[in-house]
Amino acid sequence: MEKNKYKSMVDRHTPKEDVLYNAIIAFITGGIMGIIGQGLIDFYSYYLTIPTKEATVCMLVTLIFLSCLFTSLGFFDKWVNFAKCGLIIPITGFAHATMSAALEYRKEGLVTGIGANMLKLSGAVVIFGVVSAWTFSLLRTLLGVI
Amino acid sequence: MIYLNAFLFAGLVCMIGQLILDNTKLTPGHITVIFVVLGAFLDVFDIYDKLILWAGGGALVPITSFGHMLTHGAIMGYQTDGFMGLLVGTFDLTSAGICAAIILAFYLSLVFKPRD
Repeated sequence: MEKNKYKSMVDRHTPKEDVLYNAIIAFITGGIMGIIGQGLIDFYSYYLTIPTKEATVCMLVTLIFLSCLFTSLGFFDKWVNFAKCGLIIPITGFAHATMSAALEYRKEGLVTGIGANMLKLSGAVVIFGVVSAWTFSLLRTLLGVI
Repeated sequence: MIYLNAFLFAGLVCMIGQLILDNTKLTPGHITVIFVVLGAFLDVFDIYDKLILWAGGGALVPITSFGHMLTHGAIMGYQTDGFMGLLVGTFDLTSAGICAAIILAFYLSLVFKPRD
């Protein structure tokens, strides 16, 4: 009884997120990121005549560069707070996590600060990506789907 | 037309992420990890390659493409080098992104000061 009462009190006082509004904002910002990505690929492949495969890499590096620069200039955090998953799920979120960790731990020194903590947030992505990629590609080779 | 597909696909992925974030207690870190693993899994049966053909940049921008490129690199490594290729090829396609993020973050953090 006491537990249920406490739970209902906690539920009443946790700030309510407007789920629908957040979802629509994430949809629109994420979609705009997709259009920017496609636009950059077209720009690099048509105007600079880079092969499509390298144009993809150039596009990713451009987005990473912009998000690192905007994070260090200070206003990308506000954009992320506004768009939430619309900017976290695209590759900008990876760069943002790396950059903000590097900025935050800079005062603790080059090696023990930046070096040890830079991948604090984004390391999970790399580690789970590598582990799952190895597992799934081994699975695929064993299945003989190739 | 591919721009509309890119908008729809990237928007849909982000919206699913946002819905998971709002309706469960998972943090953004959990959600990016879920999407990376999902992207790696979708590459097993070549589904993600078809999505890239359909949505272009819209399928390359979300973090799912990171998992896709890791698996794709490992499979391409297997085709050239055999079983060692699974280890050699993993980072073939993604190293540019990871290196760019690390190098830029290092130098920019030396230049700029954190502002809360």
